[in-house]
Amino acid sequence: MNASSRTALLEVRGLGKRYRAHRPPVFGGVDLRLVTGDHVAIMGESGVGKSTLLNLVAGLDRPEAGTILLDGVEVGTLDDDAATRLRRAKMGFVFQAFHVLPYLTVAENVAVPLGLLGVARRESGARVAAILREVGLAGAGPRYPRELSGGELQRVAIARALVHRPRLVLADEPTGNLDPRTALQVLDLLRGQVRACGGAGILITHSFVAARTADRVLRLTAQGLAPEVLPP
Amino acid sequence: MNQARLWWTLWRAQWRDRPVRLLMPMLAIALGVALASAVYLVNRGALDEFERAARRLAGEADLVVRGAPAGFPESLYPAIARTPGVAVASPVLEVMVPGFRLFGYSGAQRPITEQPKTRHQVLLPVVAVDPFRATQVQPALLGEIAGNLRAFFRPDGIFLSVRAAGALGVGTGDQFDVLVGSSMRRLEVMGLLGESAYPRALGIMDIAAAQWMFDRSGIVNRIDVRVAEGADCDDVRAAIGRLLPSGVTVAAPAIDNERVASATRAYRVNLDMLALVAVLTGAFLVLATQALSILRRRTAFGLLRALGVTRGALRRALVLEGAALGIMGAALGVALGQRIGAWMLTALAGDLGAGQFAGVAGHLAPRPLEWVAFVVAGGLAAALASWWPAREAAARSPAAALKAGDAGIVLARVRPWRAGFALILLGAVLAVLPALHGLPLFGYGSIAALLLGGVLLVPGIADRVLGRMPTVRHTPTTLAIAQLRGSTAQASIGLAAIIVSFSLMVSMAIMVHSFRESFADWLDTILPADLQLRMGQGGDTGSLDAAAQARLARLDGVTRAEFRRTFALPLRRDATAVQIIAAPIDASTAASRLAIIESVAAGAQPARLPPAWISEAMVDLYGWSAGSTISLPLGRDQVAFRVAGIYRDYGRSTGSVVIPRSAYRAATGDASANDGAFWLARTATPAQVEAAIRAALDAGPALQLRTTTEVRQLSFANFDRAFAITYALEAIAVLIGLLGVSVTAASTALARRSEFGMLRHIGLLRRQVVAMLAGEGLLTSAIGIGCALVLGMALSLVLVYVVNRQSFLWSIDLAIPWWQLGVLAFALLAAAAVTATVSGRAALSGDALRAVREDW
Repeated sequence: MNASSRTALLEVRGLGKRYRAHRPPVFGGVDLRLVTGDHVAIMGESGVGKSTLLNLVAGLDRPEAGTILLDGVEVGTLDDDAATRLRRAKMGFVFQAFHVLPYLTVAENVAVPLGLLGVARRESGARVAAILREVGLAGAGPRYPRELSGGELQRVAIARALVHRPRLVLADEPTGNLDPRTALQVLDLLRGQVRACGGAGILITHSFVAARTADRVLRLTAQGLAPEVLPP
Repeated sequence: MNQARLWWTLWRAQWRDRPVRLLMPMLAIALGVALASAVYLVNRGALDEFERAARRLAGEADLVVRGAPAGFPESLYPAIARTPGVAVASPVLEVMVPGFRLFGYSGAQRPITEQPKTRHQVLLPVVAVDPFRATQVQPALLGEIAGNLRAFFRPDGIFLSVRAAGALGVGTGDQFDVLVGSSMRRLEVMGLLGESAYPRALGIMDIAAAQWMFDRSGIVNRIDVRVAEGADCDDVRAAIGRLLPSGVTVAAPAIDNERVASATRAYRVNLDMLALVAVLTGAFLVLATQALSILRRRTAFGLLRALGVTRGALRRALVLEGAALGIMGAALGVALGQRIGAWMLTALAGDLGAGQFAGVAGHLAPRPLEWVAFVVAGGLAAALASWWPAREAAARSPAAALKAGDAGIVLARVRPWRAGFALILLGAVLAVLPALHGLPLFGYGSIAALLLGGVLLVPGIADRVLGRMPTVRHTPTTLAIAQLRGSTAQASIGLAAIIVSFSLMVSMAIMVHSFRESFADWLDTILPADLQLRMGQGGDTGSLDAAAQARLARLDGVTRAEFRRTFALPLRRDATAVQIIAAPIDASTAASRLAIIESVAAGAQPARLPPAWISEAMVDLYGWSAGSTISLPLGRDQVAFRVAGIYRDYGRSTGSVVIPRSAYRAATGDASANDGAFWLARTATPAQVEAAIRAALDAGPALQLRTTTEVRQLSFANFDRAFAITYALEAIAVLIGLLGVSVTAASTALARRSEFGMLRHIGLLRRQVVAMLAGEGLLTSAIGIGCALVLGMALSLVLVYVVNRQSFLWSIDLAIPWWQLGVLAFALLAAAAVTATVSGRAALSGDALRAVREDW
């Protein structure tokens, strides 16, 4: 079964965004369809609106035109609380600057999304231990972020993004702060875990090396998304 | 980059970036300095005015011979004038006279008893001099009168200062009544004395006229002496001293001024200290804001260090930054202080409600030197407050500072519990040391050490409290507790200002409540009768003779009457006169009339000496003790008494002695009284008895008759008035403390925007983040307020048992106003939670969600 015939996990149609009425739109006519297991990299020049696109998909901003359906739910029309609950249940985020809470241990950091979803403590502990094993941080649970390297911190962030088995993982330049070898390890891990969780992933990046780890590579321009051909 | 340029660059950047955050500590310093300078300038102005007036009265005298207000025979005057080395001597009679305005009709046209009893009464200080002598010793005193001597010699003539005339509502040519004995006499205003030369309420008369008018024939109570050129002042003083009877002293006029200054010093210093608390709180606020601001800018500092700015240059630039804030705030504060001072003078008069500078209006003269001193003090306080954060910032290695996320590490090292314990120990030691120059300086030192020690212990206490908090399922609460556990030092810095101000407020509230309770008990003891009588508001000339006392005691409705003779008696030349109270008292009734705190067993009293009871101040000022023998100059001789007990006297902080009236009468022959207490029959009303008393005497409105309830109400009104300024100062210090909580909450919330952004990304609702922040604010404030309550209670012990005792020379019993403290703590907690919530909302507005990408 190919991607077009499977049920869409994320369906973006004719998406456009403009910040001020008299200014030209950031972009328009963005279409994107993701099914379970998809891992897409989106590239583009600085200021073209990659982060804006991510915000729209995450329900953090409202589109000017078009629709965003996540598992059939229209994201753009949700109020702030509903959008937050949707993110809490169905999305995971990985940021360039890790954003691991310094005052929580690694295990506590990873457990935050489960706590928000009301997962029982025992189950939460088991799932945290499992995901930490998956990301190669078995035994690091009681440690504090200040004791970890950059690569390890990003692994913690990935574990936190995946521990509640989200449908969609949004990664915004997740390897920007890492050395090339660690970056590749983290990206492979991210792709593998997204698939293992039965979700889909969007990777925003400037790096061709990072983009190559995705199944598809798209370029965002003012006119929308188009397939990108990576140099050999 | 040179030092000034580096400072300017950082300073300008700060203003561009976060002007409001700089304005807050500046405002706090401004408020603190405004209060401190206002209180200081008002006090200083009043004291200066008092001293100026005293100098005018003393004139060019080198020595002043002074006796009790009752005076000494004027025959002493020629003896002193003839003493070798005396160039000229000028006899003076000083009396406090109860004066009454006439309200447009003459007392002669209408029986005085029919005049309204509420007629305005003024206690007028009258100075009576021999003009021919006074022109040589006190030329400035006579000044404007010198050209009008004919009027000056009028037996019923008086010259009034503008202030006195204003108080009496009279002008030149008008008449007013004065109380002499238990009847009224009339004086005519012969002229007014210029306000600039005579700022106090004052009347000047010819000495012979005054002696006749006030029934003081042959009596003076002061002789001013000018020493001849070439004569040794000490020798002349010694020679005069040999001529003086007991109770009469000779001293340099400066001692007179010093006596006034020292009598009011404790109250003034207490107010100054309280005002300085506001500056201290402001300095803690500067510490908090600078610490957080430096934390926020640590990456920039790392970069500057990497670019070649030396550690010392960075440290100096940051200290300078704090100093500049302090100087600007203090300059604003001094300007504000002038306005507040002017308001205080209008609302509370020159004594700020204490009632210690009677007749002094006080004024705010320009004092450029003091202004500069306050600005420098503000700058120094802020520079000192910036020193620690600046040192921490400069001590960071550039590499570590450039690495994101080291903020927690910087402050995690702050665990100054050892210094905290050491300071608390020091505070305890200082608290047991005696007063220095009559001031509780070690007591203040103890308070400062305990305060600082307490603040330093807060991070450790917070660690322990938060470490024992149970784990909860609620994620925002879990996050709040975890955040606090990881940032106790940072939170403690933010709380320092509120801990300092609130703990002092708690201690002051306990002290004032304790005082009020003890004051109430004291009033209950000293006011056993139903009706209290006072002749002429405590002036020197009003009294009831024996016949009048007997008449009053026999009145219908009076079941019992007691009369007392109260007068001032100077016992030491460098101390304010002691109040002697001759009352119908003996060992069996003392406990029901006086608030006895120590007494000698009845059997231990030698029967040959009459008993006396002394106030606590006498123990401190004169070293007297229960059981000791004391000697008082009564009449022409020294009369010995055995101290039968020590009592509390909240009415006279300069000391009082109660002696049996019989002993007083035997020594002096004086059977008059100026106070009375009446027990009423069950069928009689106070109004009926009051009317009967007024009808029995012809003193009219000069009789001050009040029921015990009225006296209590009036006493409490005066008590609350005296403490009004302290409440205001405390409230403002707490306000500054709250400002500190607000600034810290805002800074912390802003610094954590990316964290909030991340939490919002992963599914925390906006209100959950706000609740998390409010929870953090509530929890830290609860810990801070808890610490402040405990600290405040410890401080209150120092205030009650050390500062109060050493300042005012009376003891009070500790009483804790639990309800008041509970309400205060709750209000502060609510205010802190609201502050944190508002800060959280502000931090979450705008681009908070995008803050997660601020690093891109």
